[in-house]
Amino acid sequence: MIHFVLLVTRQGKVRLTKWYSPYSQKERTKVIRELSGIILTRAPKLCNFVEWRGFKVVYKRYAGLYFCMCINRDDNELEILDIIHHYVEILDRYFGSVCELDLIFNFHKAYYILDEILIAGELQESSKRTVIRLIDVQDTIVEVAKEQASLVGNIIAQATK
Amino acid sequence: MLGQGDADASDCMNDILAQVATKTESNKNAGNAILYECVETIMSIEDNGGLRVLAINILGRFLSNRDNNIRYVALNMLMKAMTVDAQAVQRHRATILECVKDSDASIRKRALELLYLLVNENNVKPLTKELIEYLEVSDQEFKGDLTAKICSIVEKFSPEKFWYIDQMLKVLSEAGNFVKDEVWHALIVVISNASDLHGYTVRALYRAFQTSAEQETLVRVAVWCIGEYGDLLVNNVGMLNIEEPVTVTESDAVDVVEVAIKRHTSDLTTKAMALVALLKLSSRFPSCSERIRDIIVQHKGSLVLELQQRSIEFNSIFEKHQNIRSALVERMPVLDEATFSGRRAGSVPGAVSTSSGASLNLPNGVAKPAAAPIADLLDLSSDDAPAPSSSGGDFLQDLLGIDLLPTPAATGASQTPKAAADVLLDLLSIGTPTTGQSNLSTADILSSSQDNKILLANLDGLSSPSLSAQAALPATSAPVLDLLDGFAPSPKKQEVNGTAYPSIVAYESSSLKIAFNFAKSPGNPQTTLIQATFTNLSPNVYTDFLFQAAVPKFLQLHLDPASSNSLPATGNGSITQSLSVTNSQHGKKSLIMRIRIAYKINGKDVLEEGQINNFPREL
Repeated sequence: MIHFVLLVTRQGKVRLTKWYSPYSQKERTKVIRELSGIILTRAPKLCNFVEWRGFKVVYKRYAGLYFCMCINRDDNELEILDIIHHYVEILDRYFGSVCELDLIFNFHKAYYILDEILIAGELQESSKRTVIRLIDVQDTIVEVAKEQASLVGNIIAQATK
Repeated sequence: MLGQGDADASDCMNDILAQVATKTESNKNAGNAILYECVETIMSIEDNGGLRVLAINILGRFLSNRDNNIRYVALNMLMKAMTVDAQAVQRHRATILECVKDSDASIRKRALELLYLLVNENNVKPLTKELIEYLEVSDQEFKGDLTAKICSIVEKFSPEKFWYIDQMLKVLSEAGNFVKDEVWHALIVVISNASDLHGYTVRALYRAFQTSAEQETLVRVAVWCIGEYGDLLVNNVGMLNIEEPVTVTESDAVDVVEVAIKRHTSDLTTKAMALVALLKLSSRFPSCSERIRDIIVQHKGSLVLELQQRSIEFNSIFEKHQNIRSALVERMPVLDEATFSGRRAGSVPGAVSTSSGASLNLPNGVAKPAAAPIADLLDLSSDDAPAPSSSGGDFLQDLLGIDLLPTPAATGASQTPKAAADVLLDLLSIGTPTTGQSNLSTADILSSSQDNKILLANLDGLSSPSLSAQAALPATSAPVLDLLDGFAPSPKKQEVNGTAYPSIVAYESSSLKIAFNFAKSPGNPQTTLIQATFTNLSPNVYTDFLFQAAVPKFLQLHLDPASSNSLPATGNGSITQSLSVTNSQHGKKSLIMRIRIAYKINGKDVLEEGQINNFPREL
């Protein structure tokens, strides 16, 4: 199973973390610091798997962002590499040519999409199309709710004028 | 996994797996991931020859893939595959060897581990050659790992001693600083066992020293060998046909050792070993004796206690004991390899099988069980190959009797047996407990051993702690030195207190009777002095009579040499032997001892064993 997902920039700033195993707050910061140190210092040509604390960490670098996933010793690393790529492709399809800025300003959407793909540390949805559709549906609901809220707002404003 | 252990389920899976494995295209990562998973599944389900071959082929393809990830994954998988099908993995040995030299650190590590599993008697030679070549160009962090692996490969699979020594010398020249202590100790053991290769070894070491003297361990081994076999070096003895002759004069050899001592980078062990080697050389090369003496004297004022002590002792040997010097530094007796392996097994699990580790081995001498076998090597009363002990611990320390000085009370100097440093100090020590008694027993040894050639050779063990104590304390020096000069036996000063304790018949069989007489040592109620008398009850004469004893851990035993080793028939004479036993649980536990007697009747070996339980309670 995947124990956690970590997105780190090349400068060491954390963009996204998702934990599928119990880690206390202190442990989390410790883990992040340790892993960032290990992964950010690796040369580009090295292979994408690192042995760490009895687990394996699979990482992939996209532009200035490192996507890391921590798995058990006996899991298939190539499969995780594919999951990371799957996630990035969905983000790309959703945001349309995604860049880091998109993730900074719409981090909540990134979390929603991740939750659609992974549950309890295992792959849940392997179809990009389904995920996009679901997120779009979610977006429309949000729009509708916003509309209604503004409508109600208008009514109240008029009533109290 | 579903299929593990279940033949039926495995069968069903077979078809599917075969189909998936063949149809999946592997130019995309997803494809590779699927293949990898397939291979893993195939490995864990029940045996199916065709599928296994398929799996190994896939792995082989992975190995030659340019992508680092794939190769890493393949190496990982191959390690697991080793348990299943070692033959197939052997086929890919060449590729794996290439991976050891890869630029990626994780791949290198994995490949090295895999190679280590792959080594067997057939491929060990070319593999080692490759690894050693790589050692020269590898980077520092990797060197440590690589060295350790090469050393263990060489040790486990070396087909012959010559090759072993050769390879080890190369490794030492390249990466001596990474070599662990046990490794070079083992090397020395092997060298001393390979008597026909002594000449070759010492010459090779001499040459290596000229080129790579910055490797500390190489220097140590070289210094030791030159000390031992210096005469072989100078006289080009025992040349093998592949060697080219090298002219080494005596002073050249001394040069080497001198350089080793004088260098700032040499640490304590090296300098200490060099001092001992110089002493040995001074006796083997009498022409350089003065020069060697000068070098030794330079360290008289050394700030390091160890060096100062050795320098002073050796100097005193030069001045006062010229006559026994040659006897002191005769060739070391051959170290028993089997014992060493048995001992190593304690520290290196699973390496070599050990003998049944009885809690009471049968040493003949100081009874700390761990010290037993090589204690005996230096112990004067026995020249048997000692029973291997299964305790771990550093072999060479025991060899050199470090464990034999449990409480070196008398000699303040030797109070701190630092691991390797004092090791060679004890090379010259018998390892007798350093009480006044030991000096006397030393004297006895000298007197009684005049005729016994073997014991003289073991005079390597002239108790130097006691010697040094005497040298350092002039007040007491006179008696001991006179003893040595005059070889006059001095009367045993123990007070006989035989009336308080009844003698017992320790052991009686149809052919042999052993009686013990007891005396208590005057100041020390815990120590009992036993006089053992052996009487022959049969009509045959016993030759090569040898008595050995072992005691449990709370006792300490010391055995003096027997009065003779031939026991005439039917009570026409007897052999007496003194032992002393110190009971740390005096009053709480009584003495108990296991004994073994070995002798020959008309050339045929006879062995008797027994246990003595009837010691008087108060001892």
